Amino acid sequence: MNAIEVKGLTKRFGDKLVVNNVSLKVKPGEIVGFLGPNGSGKTTSIRMMCGLLKPDEGNGQVLGYDLIKDRLLIKSQVGYMTQKFSFYEDLTIEENLSFVARLYNLKPVKQHTTATLEKLGLLSRRNQLAGELSGGWKQRLALAACTMHKPKLLLLDEPTAGVDPKARRDFWEEIHRLAADGMTVLVSTHYMDEAERCHRITYISYGELLADGSLHDVIADAGLYTYTLTGPNLERFIPRLQENKGVQQVAPFGNSLHVTGTDLQVLKRALKPLEQHEDIQIEQSETNLEDVFIKFMSDSTDNIQ
Amino acid sequence: MSRVFSLQRLFAMLIKEFIQMRRDRITFAMMLGIPLLQLVLFGYAINNDPRGLPTALVSMANDPYSRAAVTALENSQYFKFTDVNVSPSEARSLLRRGKVTFVVTFPSNFAKQAEAGTPNALIEADATDPAASGAAVASAPAIIEKAVASIKQKNPSLKQDLLKSSTIIHRKYNPEGITQYNIVPGLLGVILQLTLVMMTSIALTRETERGTMENLLAMPASPFEIMCGKVLPYLGVGAVQVAVVLSAGRLLFNIPFEGGLLLLIGAILVFVLTLVLLGYFISTIARTQMQAMQMTFFFFLPSLLLSGFMFPYAGMPEWAQMLGETFPLTHFLRVVRAILLKGAEWSEVSASVYTLFLFVGLLLMLALKRFKRTLD
Repeated sequence: MNAIEVKGLTKRFGDKLVVNNVSLKVKPGEIVGFLGPNGSGKTTSIRMMCGLLKPDEGNGQVLGYDLIKDRLLIKSQVGYMTQKFSFYEDLTIEENLSFVARLYNLKPVKQHTTATLEKLGLLSRRNQLAGELSGGWKQRLALAACTMHKPKLLLLDEPTAGVDPKARRDFWEEIHRLAADGMTVLVSTHYMDEAERCHRITYISYGELLADGSLHDVIADAGLYTYTLTGPNLERFIPRLQENKGVQQVAPFGNSLHVTGTDLQVLKRALKPLEQHEDIQIEQSETNLEDVFIKFMSDSTDNIQ
Repeated sequence: MSRVFSLQRLFAMLIKEFIQMRRDRITFAMMLGIPLLQLVLFGYAINNDPRGLPTALVSMANDPYSRAAVTALENSQYFKFTDVNVSPSEARSLLRRGKVTFVVTFPSNFAKQAEAGTPNALIEADATDPAASGAAVASAPAIIEKAVASIKQKNPSLKQDLLKSSTIIHRKYNPEGITQYNIVPGLLGVILQLTLVMMTSIALTRETERGTMENLLAMPASPFEIMCGKVLPYLGVGAVQVAVVLSAGRLLFNIPFEGGLLLLIGAILVFVLTLVLLGYFISTIARTQMQAMQMTFFFFLPSLLLSGFMFPYAGMPEWAQMLGETFPLTHFLRVVRAILLKGAEWSEVSASVYTLFLFVGLLLMLALKRFKRTLD
């Protein structure tokens, strides 16, 4: 049985189609990256999967429970971490955890709370107000609070926005530990490094699923070829390269330039004139995830306009 | 875990709410401070039957009749002669500038008129605020008539014509016309309405505004549990406020407690429930705490003006009375005044209490319906 198996999820807010016909399968124990540009319906899709919102169309099962009928059951077995810190800033760390323990009927409350505090390493700061914590600690507290009831499925909505790299790495280590214990994880993000840490990636854009598979598969399926140019003053070539129809992206990366396109021959032809510059090296390189995402984004019509 | 209602989860909500309430010192102080402060302030400050109003005296005569009349007017405590024997033009200027509320003029032939039985004194009143001058003006003719009569009695040679007409007035339930008897029970309703509706609406909107509502709903808390968790603590706050206001009313203002205490408390409880649910309903519409506050005030002012707290209900035109009927405060004021001042029994206030119950049912339905919709 899949942890998530939904078909044709559709949601409208008024006239605006927010999620259009999204289908998704997630196997137990998988960490799946749920990607897409801002406003592409990721949050709404996650809210539908954790029982917060009722889909207008579509159906499916989460942890074997019906998405429409068993929303309360789903809620009790799913952990959902919202984008914004959404525990109580005017309660202490311990009070927040006790509150969650009571809501999930975890008994004895004290024992569950203390164990979680210990695991977090916040035992000595248990009486501090949650609002006084730094961004990284808030996020760790939130993760601890929403995994306290040992959910089988964890839904994370852009969990590491605004968190420093060290805290982010610690966070992902924790996610992998949880997955190793059998928890299924669905993470929405638009950070490439986060996406690369997932077992599998699905890309949703303005409600439609554009790609699904492992990191390697997604890059391969995109059918992109990339050349890396290195040398001084590469910026001067950008406008001329962009004029070429076969060149889809020209992106500076530090001292190098990534030139990407779908047709290898056209791409080669476009780069030919640059070979006369002796100080510039041109070599074919691996397409990275970011290149693929940029392609998806420029392909899909933006329904915000 | 899957049951729609669980005491355990309600308990979790209640504990959380009490901790938050306790931690928010200013709000906590407001809950207890506002009722007491407003009661003392308004209880002592508001007076619909003002006395000692500044008066100018223009007297062209100096005779025993006018002197007696002036003394009698001053003894009534309504008039306080601050400017004596001023010229008519000076007096008018004082009145225009608001230095005096009344100008009393005795003509030069006042004694002659009095002895002939037709004394004519002129009282000019600043009637911009009818409430301020009304009672004094109403009492003046009788006071002067009596004063003149008493002087005439001392001179048996004069024809004794007693008061031609006399009206007997009984001021029932509040014979001395003590404003506090009317104000304090009303204040109970007003204070409860102001604090409870606002606090309940803000408490829930805060959850929406800070994003904690989303989290709360993602955890297994049902709308009904969330509602109870929010409503019950504020019912408790209301109970404390009621105790404070009633004790203060008794101790500071000697408000009569004519009716049964149980009936009173029962009626208050229904009213408090109405208010908390109203606040809850507002919070399902408002998106921010600011909006919740504005809606509370939008509701507060008309109910203050049209409920009969500030102005007599019976004096309003029919359409305004109908509008007034839609405010819970209107019905509560009837009940609480009837019980406290008139010693009314259940059968006499049941209609108003049932109306309050109607509000409770209606708001409960609306609040739950709206709340369900905000999930989607």
